[in-house]
Amino acid sequence: MASGWQLFLESFWPIVWGGLSGTIPLALASFAIGLVIALAVALARISKNRVLSGIGRFYVSVIRGTPLLVQLFVIFYGLPAVGIVIDPWPSAIAAFSLNVGGYAAEIIRAAILSVPKGQWEAGYTIGMSHATALRRIILPQAARVSVPPLSNTFISLVKDTSLASLILVTELFRVAQEIAAFTQDFMLLYLEAALIYWLFCLVLSSGQNVLERRLDRYVAH
Amino acid sequence: MSPTDDGVHPQGSDAAGGDPLAPKAAPDDSVLLTARGIRKSFGDNEVLRSIDLEVRRGEVVVLIGPSGSGKTTVLRSLNGLETPDGGTITFAGGPALDFSGAIPKSGRFALRDRSAMVFQQHNLFPHMTVLQNVVEGPVRVQRVPKAQALAEASALLERVGLAEKRDAYPFELSGGQQQRVGIVRALALKPDLLLFDEPTSALDPELVGEVLSVIKELADEGWTMVVVTHELGFARQAADEVLFMDGGVVVERGAPGDIFTKPTEERTRRFLDRILRPLD
Repeated sequence: MASGWQLFLESFWPIVWGGLSGTIPLALASFAIGLVIALAVALARISKNRVLSGIGRFYVSVIRGTPLLVQLFVIFYGLPAVGIVIDPWPSAIAAFSLNVGGYAAEIIRAAILSVPKGQWEAGYTIGMSHATALRRIILPQAARVSVPPLSNTFISLVKDTSLASLILVTELFRVAQEIAAFTQDFMLLYLEAALIYWLFCLVLSSGQNVLERRLDRYVAH
Repeated sequence: MSPTDDGVHPQGSDAAGGDPLAPKAAPDDSVLLTARGIRKSFGDNEVLRSIDLEVRRGEVVVLIGPSGSGKTTVLRSLNGLETPDGGTITFAGGPALDFSGAIPKSGRFALRDRSAMVFQQHNLFPHMTVLQNVVEGPVRVQRVPKAQALAEASALLERVGLAEKRDAYPFELSGGQQQRVGIVRALALKPDLLLFDEPTSALDPELVGEVLSVIKELADEGWTMVVVTHELGFARQAADEVLFMDGGVVVERGAPGDIFTKPTEERTRRFLDRILRPLD
């Protein structure tokens, strides 16, 4: 072991780059798609239509009741058995989006229900339809409530993307694994990977604070 | 083009240059709203048992009565926030909505096109400034050009003494100011009928006056309104007709002078006594 410090420095940027080119885009794309799924599922669950709310409840139950790793393997290693072959990246995005969709749906549903009924009524009395009241009045207020829990979901997602290394996606952890396999310096490289994940999450947390302050400008402190 | 533009009001929605607080049409004593046999139950609880109500243009109708008497439900039915189980509601120039059958969505919207509601808990949109609250309906729903809506909203806020609060968020206002914004938000829709649901019940006592005086001013200027309130002094001074409700029926109705000085029904007398002489 010539110089641990030198190996740390030499591997630092490749691993960070793995994060910037793999982990972060994977997390962002999955989160964006996941939020769209989550909103649809949340609205389905709130719906008075029994079939729709049943579908929403079933979806959330399946996603939360099965391991993310298993979901990922079903899509990447399982689906080819029935003739559906999806590349690593789209497989990873599909699995993570569906997963975020299940968890965030519950957050968004709770946030929508936390807006007082009088806000809906005020929207109706100025002539709004249900959809317009939802979009203009309810969702902006629900957004404020849901930022802290959704930030949690996002930060968990950033770390969970390390699972994508198991289906051949080149991201932060896979880069570290490859260097470790070559140098046999497992302890150093895995700690380094952990440190870099942590740095990423620190940056994301400060982003959360900025967003919360911005959305809090209309409430009393 | 305002959705209320049905040819009945020659002034239509064009208030440019006019008094922003002035109602659309001068009172001419014709009937604006007729409700017949309105019934409503919540589960086994029959809250309205055949309510009749007639509101003439420019008239102030005040509903009084103990809590749970159904007065708020009457008001909410007029705005489509509650769907009665039976009865009809007719606005002048519009079709009669018969609640014994299914009411199409358009029927509900028709009610809201004609009336605007001021809530007990103001229900201002907390994520919008005062000005945004006021122009939301005109701009998003009625498709009034934004510049025009902003100018009219500013004029209305000026009239209720809140011009300098236009860019404030609701949480930065006092209760009385919030409720005045709630009134302006309703006025900005240029409704034929203003509905007030206990507009001062949630306010600290010292803030009640500023809100009631705005409502009285609107009444004096000829706005047609139905007011649910516990403020009997206000009812006495501002109402053209007072309806006393109890147990889901209108027990007694008449001019405030009659109801307050010589009520004919025992229930009315007891209610007035309880409020006017709580210690006896």
